[in-house]
Amino acid sequence: MSASLATVSYLGATILFILCLGGLSNQETARRGNLYGMIGMTIAVLATVFGPRVLAGGLPWIIGSMVVGGAIGLYLARVVKMTQMPELVAFMHSMVGLAACLVGFASYIDTSIAFTGAEKIIHEVEIYVGILIGAVTLSGSVIAFGKLSGKIGGKPLLLPGRHFINLIGLLIVVYFGYAFLNAETVQAGMTPLIVMTVVSLLFGIHMVMAIGGADMPVVVSMLNSYSGWAAAATGFMLSNDLLIVTGALVGSSGAILSYIMCSAMNRNFISVIAGGFGSDGGTPAPKADGTAAQPAGEVNPILAPETAELLREAKNVVIVPGYGMAVAQAQHTVFEITSFLREKGVNVRFAIHPVAGRMPGHMNVLLAEAKVPYDIVMEMDEINDDFPDTDVVMVIGANDIVNPAAQEDPSSPIAGMPVLEVWKAKTTIVMKRSMASGYAGVDNPLFYKDNNRMLFGDAKKMLDEVLVALKA
Amino acid sequence: MSLVIGVPREIFAGEKRVATVPDVVEKLIKLGFKVVVESGAGDLANFSDDAYRAAGAGIAENAAKLWSGADIVFKVRGPSDEEVGLMREGTTLISFIWPAQNPELMQKLAARKVTVLAIDALPRQLSRAQKMDALTSQAGVAGYRAVIEAANGFGRFFNGQITAAGKVPPAKVFIAGAGVAGLAAIGTAAGLGAIVRANDTRAEVADQVKSLGGEFVKVDYEEEGSGGGGYAKVMSEGFQQAQREMYAKQAREVDIIITTALIPGKPAPKLITAEMVASMKPGSVIVDMAAEQGGNCELTVPNEAVVRHGVTIIGYTDLVSRLSKQSSTLYATNLFRLTEELCKTKDGLINVNFEDDAIRGLTVIKDGEITWPAPAPKLPVAAAKPAAATAVPVVKKSSHGHGEPSEPMSHQKLAVVFGIAAVLFWVIGANAPAAFLGHFTVFVLACFVGYMVVWNVKPALHTPLMSVTNAVSSIIAIGALVQIAPPLTADISRPDEVIRWLAVFAIVLATINMFGGFAVTQRMLAMFRK
Repeated sequence: MSASLATVSYLGATILFILCLGGLSNQETARRGNLYGMIGMTIAVLATVFGPRVLAGGLPWIIGSMVVGGAIGLYLARVVKMTQMPELVAFMHSMVGLAACLVGFASYIDTSIAFTGAEKIIHEVEIYVGILIGAVTLSGSVIAFGKLSGKIGGKPLLLPGRHFINLIGLLIVVYFGYAFLNAETVQAGMTPLIVMTVVSLLFGIHMVMAIGGADMPVVVSMLNSYSGWAAAATGFMLSNDLLIVTGALVGSSGAILSYIMCSAMNRNFISVIAGGFGSDGGTPAPKADGTAAQPAGEVNPILAPETAELLREAKNVVIVPGYGMAVAQAQHTVFEITSFLREKGVNVRFAIHPVAGRMPGHMNVLLAEAKVPYDIVMEMDEINDDFPDTDVVMVIGANDIVNPAAQEDPSSPIAGMPVLEVWKAKTTIVMKRSMASGYAGVDNPLFYKDNNRMLFGDAKKMLDEVLVALKA
Repeated sequence: MSLVIGVPREIFAGEKRVATVPDVVEKLIKLGFKVVVESGAGDLANFSDDAYRAAGAGIAENAAKLWSGADIVFKVRGPSDEEVGLMREGTTLISFIWPAQNPELMQKLAARKVTVLAIDALPRQLSRAQKMDALTSQAGVAGYRAVIEAANGFGRFFNGQITAAGKVPPAKVFIAGAGVAGLAAIGTAAGLGAIVRANDTRAEVADQVKSLGGEFVKVDYEEEGSGGGGYAKVMSEGFQQAQREMYAKQAREVDIIITTALIPGKPAPKLITAEMVASMKPGSVIVDMAAEQGGNCELTVPNEAVVRHGVTIIGYTDLVSRLSKQSSTLYATNLFRLTEELCKTKDGLINVNFEDDAIRGLTVIKDGEITWPAPAPKLPVAAAKPAAATAVPVVKKSSHGHGEPSEPMSHQKLAVVFGIAAVLFWVIGANAPAAFLGHFTVFVLACFVGYMVVWNVKPALHTPLMSVTNAVSSIIAIGALVQIAPPLTADISRPDEVIRWLAVFAIVLATINMFGGFAVTQRMLAMFRK
């Protein structure tokens, strides 16, 4: 295959990748979009393997490694549970990060690529930056994976002077970057390169450790963005336009998702990344006049049979799923209750908050897995106006996203965050394991409202009981 | 030291309610208060002294003892002159007062140097205040009772029935005014099976009427107005005319009319004329809930049920007292919620905190000084976004002006961004070699393409988007592929082995991602269905 043919193939692959992302804009075209992505990837790999930059001698190595990687990948994709999607995505980001590091190192020690002058400097900067981003992505994703799978606690780890630590890290990286560029030989450059890699790895760990569980959607999409930038940096390093374009596509896509997630939580991107909830004070500032926002009132518990009674008598029901539903794996029971009520002529819909769950769109995927039709799954803006006409709202394992304090209490740490206005409905039923507050650590006045009932217990078990009571 | 809450017997003629009930007594005691109830206070609401005693309250033999021992007095009706005479200096009184209508009472109370919280002066627009809103809770009871009275005076079923003894048509009920009382009446009548229609001058309540099972009757006015020239004056004239016609039409059709129309501080509007009453079917019932303010019907006699033109017109003014157990329980809960607000510390002491909008509004006299009317609350309703109005630092939109929901960047900011971009581009253009610039162009354009494309992705598909972009980012495999066995010029050597292993490892990692990412996306997308 000639160089021109390879270039044209890359162009085709690029177009297919753009079509792939564009296709995901709605459910009808999404599957085709994914197909475009696969074709694009196939073309890109084939054009490279049979292109002018790879000699026939490399083929066995390539085929061998691709078979191994492909088999592992397909196996993971098959066994993963839909509730584990955030973990899987975080895990895969770490693969990209590590691959970027490896390619960077390989490129640096590759003496066959010789540049001089400005080109040499640019090439080395590219390597340096590529490995930096790759390393941060790698360690950040590993920690995110640990947090999402529960292997590491969700609480933000706030080291004293964490901004200071980050700043020192940055200075070290810059200093060694200078040393790296001035290194005469590969051996001399290796030390700063490795030091920088270690610092970047530590930085990635520290960054994600400091971020609380509720901010995980931002982290996951941010790491997604990083993995794109890592690919783009690698593209610069190897003068490969396909890598640059694809990396930029992925990078900007992740950046937009992070931005959407941040605005859904009314948080500043910087403050999420800088770590900890409410980085402006660490803890929710108590109200000055002493009439602190302690929610007044009593919690009204309810049992499953009464819940079923309320549901049966309702005309309009809205279900608000949260992370608790994912943890309890309750989506199938939710679907059974939904279909039972719909057969009875009850208008059942779902309200999804943009940051419900631990990654963007998490709840939609779970509901889709349970075969809930997507046209009754509503976004926050679509359904918020309908709550006053709703008879019963069931909140399943969600907390902060239905917290009225966001609108009513300007001193609340989540003040101004857009929330689902469930308290406007006639009755709300909140299913929770206990009265503990959400990840934001903010008490929820909803629980104390007169029209709210609390159904305590594991979401799956309780919903099963509700279903039995409904059918009885 | 904890304060004593005293609950006297209501002495107003026909008042059967009591300001607290045994269940609430327990809760008040938990807040740290002592509660003393006058003997017989709850009798007319079916709460015996024993029940209060069992809940932990003390019983005072007579009013004099109660008033002298109480630091806080809960009442339903405003105090009579005698009761004012019994008050100690420094006492806090919580009851209905209606300060606008009762200026003399206000003067007398002020002279006693007491603090008075008028439950009717609650700033109802504060959502926090709903739990204390006794006007609403009592109006709801009245609305319910109005329907029961109507059913009592009406000679037929409310619901339609088909029985062996023949077919019974459902009763038709018309409710004028869809405030709290009106809405309660709509719900109750619909619950009994009647066909319910309702009207209100506020068109926005139509949905609430429908939600309770009623039908909203519009005043058919638009056609009238379309021909007219002068606006406001003619409008209201024409509107009233149309409204009269609508009421006349309803009067001919329906069996029961319940009127709840009140204008604050003014006599009730006369909606139902004598001719309309005459046009109603014999045996029909009118319940005039505005009887105390003169009545919505011309023929209403306050406090009595009279028959005119064969129509029973009920003008009871004590509808709430006729359901005294229910209304007392709700009122007691309202006062309890208020007490909670007053006693945030739960130590049996109260703090009449003027920083609190709700409490400021309620307090009409503080330590003998008239503080009514209160200034308007600081937080206007503006329903959806009160938080945005109160300058919380985090509320600020991030300065990335992009994104549909946020407003476009200001010109200044835009200029700064463009300025920085221009400088950056100049630096790059001045220093970088041509080859780099080509890649850089591609990079920047690709960022924009990604930006445009991804904005259109539905939030529901964010997870598949992430997993597919993740799969796509495994394009990094290309980087490793070209390192495995590149064509080399003979004279250059390189550490082949090391590079090869690094590259092989990188390919494995990237392909895990590639295959895994696409496969799992496929699996996910297959699940989305209509």
